Amino acid sequence: MPAADLAEELAERVRAAHATATPLCIVAGGTKTWLGRPVQGERLDVTGHRGIVAYEPTELVLTARAGTPLAEIEAVLAERGQCLAFEPPHFASPRPGGEGSQPDAFPPPPRGERAATLGGTVACNLSGPARPYAGACRDFVLGVRIINGRGEVLRFGGEVMKNVAGYDLPRLMAGAQGTLGVLLEVSLKVLPRPPLASTLALELDAVTALARFNAWAGQPLPITAAGHDGERAYARLGGAEAAVQAARLKLGGETIDDGETFWAAVRELRHGFFRASGSLWRLSLPPAAPLAAHARQFIDWGGAQRWVYSEHPLWEQAAAAGGHASLYRSPDRERVFQPLSPAMLALHRRLKAAFDPKGILNPGRLYPEL
Amino acid sequence: MNVSATSQDVHARRAELVRGLLALLPAESVLHEPEDLRPYECDGLSAYRQLPMVVALPRTVEQVQAVMRLCHRLEVPVVARGAGTGLSGGALPRADGLLLSLARLKSILAVDPVARTARVQPGVRNLAISEAARPFGLYYAPDPSSQIACTIGGNVAENSGGVHCLKYGLTVHNVLKLEVVTMEGERLTLGADALDAPGYDLLALMTGSEGLLGVVVEVTVRLLPLPERAQVLLAAYDDVAQAGAAVGAIIAAGILPAGLEMMDNPAIRAAEDFVYAGYPVEAAAILLCELDGTNAEVSEQVMRVRELLIASGAREVRTARDEAERQLFWKGRKAAFPAVGRISPDYYCMDGTIPRRRLPEVLSRIAALSQEYGLPVANVFHAGDGNLHPLILYDANRPGELERTEELGRRILELCIEVGGTITGEHGVGVEKLAGMCAQFGAAQLAQFHAVKAAFDPAGLLNPGKAVPTLHRCAEFGAMHVHGGNLKFPELPRF
Ligand SMILES: Cc1cc2nc3c(=O)[nH]c(=O)nc-3n(C[C@H](O)[C@H](O)[C@H](O)COP(=O)(O)OP(=O)(O)OC[C@H]3O[C@@H](n4cnc5c(N)ncnc54)[C@H](O)[C@@H]3O)c2cc1C
Repeated sequence: MPAADLAEELAERVRAAHATATPLCIVAGGTKTWLGRPVQGERLDVTGHRGIVAYEPTELVLTARAGTPLAEIEAVLAERGQCLAFEPPHFASPRPGGEGSQPDAFPPPPRGERAATLGGTVACNLSGPARPYAGACRDFVLGVRIINGRGEVLRFGGEVMKNVAGYDLPRLMAGAQGTLGVLLEVSLKVLPRPPLASTLALELDAVTALARFNAWAGQPLPITAAGHDGERAYARLGGAEAAVQAARLKLGGETIDDGETFWAAVRELRHGFFRASGSLWRLSLPPAAPLAAHARQFIDWGGAQRWVYSEHPLWEQAAAAGGHASLYRSPDRERVFQPLSPAMLALHRRLKAAFDPKGILNPGRLYPEL
Repeated sequence: MNVSATSQDVHARRAELVRGLLALLPAESVLHEPEDLRPYECDGLSAYRQLPMVVALPRTVEQVQAVMRLCHRLEVPVVARGAGTGLSGGALPRADGLLLSLARLKSILAVDPVARTARVQPGVRNLAISEAARPFGLYYAPDPSSQIACTIGGNVAENSGGVHCLKYGLTVHNVLKLEVVTMEGERLTLGADALDAPGYDLLALMTGSEGLLGVVVEVTVRLLPLPERAQVLLAAYDDVAQAGAAVGAIIAAGILPAGLEMMDNPAIRAAEDFVYAGYPVEAAAILLCELDGTNAEVSEQVMRVRELLIASGAREVRTARDEAERQLFWKGRKAAFPAVGRISPDYYCMDGTIPRRRLPEVLSRIAALSQEYGLPVANVFHAGDGNLHPLILYDANRPGELERTEELGRRILELCIEVGGTITGEHGVGVEKLAGMCAQFGAAQLAQFHAVKAAFDPAGLLNPGKAVPTLHRCAEFGAMHVHGGNLKFPELPRF
């Protein structure tokens, strides 16, 4: 599909929907439809609004339209030795969860070829294993162009690293899942790709691994990922050759050959752990929070992101541990994200109304009230 | 809540507010005599001064909540204040308002070396956090030059940066959780001890909101391990454009320095006269490039950067011999503002950000503007992230000079917008850059900002009149700003 600027057409659609208070369901690659509550509304497909608008390697900034495939952006960056340091998952087809079409396939098999887009990635604020060390998607968002719920095309932030003119609405859009605005264009900070990456496997139980991850993170070590798959611990080192070599000796363990394949499988939720059946929860916790007793769990983000299977709700357990839960896979999509306190929900509703007074943008995707 | 400014009215309102406050706070926490109010009349932007109606100095979060509830009920505007080092008038008081100082909320509540966090009250000084973390081999990365004085609450409100933010980010990248009190006195937790929180990213929204959305009463920051080694190189250039090109070359080579700073000749001279950093005073520009990481990594990068600097035309490249010399190189840079303050009766600090590649052009146009207005300009530049601080030297005692200075400042900011940048990289809009906001944003964008403000503070009592100009205010400034033939506020009457 060629690059095209559909901003005006899309804005016109939103203006019309605003006039008639018609709910819109914003879609692009369709790779993350499952990551939220179902939205009833007219389809607003932004896939055609695509193309890299500007890329200046020495400025460490890339600007692209929301419908641009993530893979295209990553390829262009790689040519110049750069990358999206937050390692966004694609959840593209072939879908995570692997081959076949199990009834509870996760995420549901997309129809045909589906590719993750920049807009969907930022809207969901998704970050991969490097997150604790490099930052989250939202940390790299410098500017956005959006259509708000009135159909106005607005630009906030810009293509510069530092900008405190006006409220930080670009970062607010990250993770709002389109409920505050239709993303048209995003400017991201990009970084040089580490010259070398090397993954170690260590024979450690989960409790020891968790303690080790936290101790390592307090030392000047070039760690770029750390996880435990239930059996062994894995740590990835990244940086200059000399630094990686020195750290390898310090950490111990065995260097594995297919490190990048392993982390890609973790990032895309394609690792064997994610193929079991049952309700899959993501727990976002303080990195040193003690391990709760779960039959199976996968630790990522050096302890700050944990995946568990549970048929009982984990909202309270996650909150008691100082974090929150989201329900990634379950037949019941009524409640996907951690409930908000009444005061926070009230504030969220006022904010939603500030951007989308008629509640037409992806209504209910995050919470029924938004 | 339009308060007419008749002195009688203010008198009655002050008496009512003081009475209410004394029911909540001990007498020593409530100031209302003019001589007690004087220290609060301005922040670091001293060209703007205003005595507040009353100052409150609470010691607990509960007291902050009670004070906010009272002000909400009495419809008294509230301006929060940390250390008052802000450079845009963000903490400028109002004659009809309460100045809420957070200076007495100054405890470091916890340092958690395992989770690598510090939980502190808003009045804690930036540097004090790193000092408390040091025994654990940790530090707080954002290091504004004002770090010995400025508070973490003020840093959050301004999303402050420092010389290390190219690699380690701004305040927004280093804060995990905030406790805030709304204008209604409600306490909210934004963010979490985890790496993300459910719902909208209100943590990011609050950061940099200049005290307009809530009062920050507790901050949990992320701590980083102290690097094994840091080394700084100093390169001198005969031509500013070459120095600018060197910055691009370092980044294109895949190196991400911990700090990358530039100073032009007037700034070099002022700093050298002040702290004797050993800077080459004949150079047109110097670059300071700090590399940090493991021992092996730094050695490798120092060699590569040295080669790049020489290849870019540096006439001299020095590597700090030891930690003492490293500190000295930085001291000159960090003291640049006060150094310029010594050579001129007054100076006005600008804070635009530009795409780095436009630097040579921007500097030569600033030089031309400096000529046009007859006012010298020294430039200090966070070169790694494009944040430019032109310092305009002037004398407020000479009639008309302040006005000329402000106009020159506005022209410089318009230039930053024109090349694709922004009017403020880290100092905030405050009262100072309201006109610049009208130049950078259109009516619909400003209306969106106001709608966000109203979602947090429907009564409009928190730091009103700062950061985001009203559309009418823009119309007043406005006639001058015609962009691409489009009048920016066609729907508003011209005056
Ligand atoms: C010599 C010098 C060098 C500087 N260098 C830098 C630099 O390198 N980088 C940089 O970014 N800045 C720099 N600054 C600017 C300034 O130090 C920062 O903006 C700093 O963060 C302000 O902190 P403060 O405690 O002094 O806040 P104040 O000036 O007291 O307040 C600043 C703003 O924050 C609000 N505020 C304060 N506390 C709270 C709170 N608890 N809750 C809600 N709102 C609050 C105020 O209402 C006001 O709008 C420099 C200033 C000086 C004088």
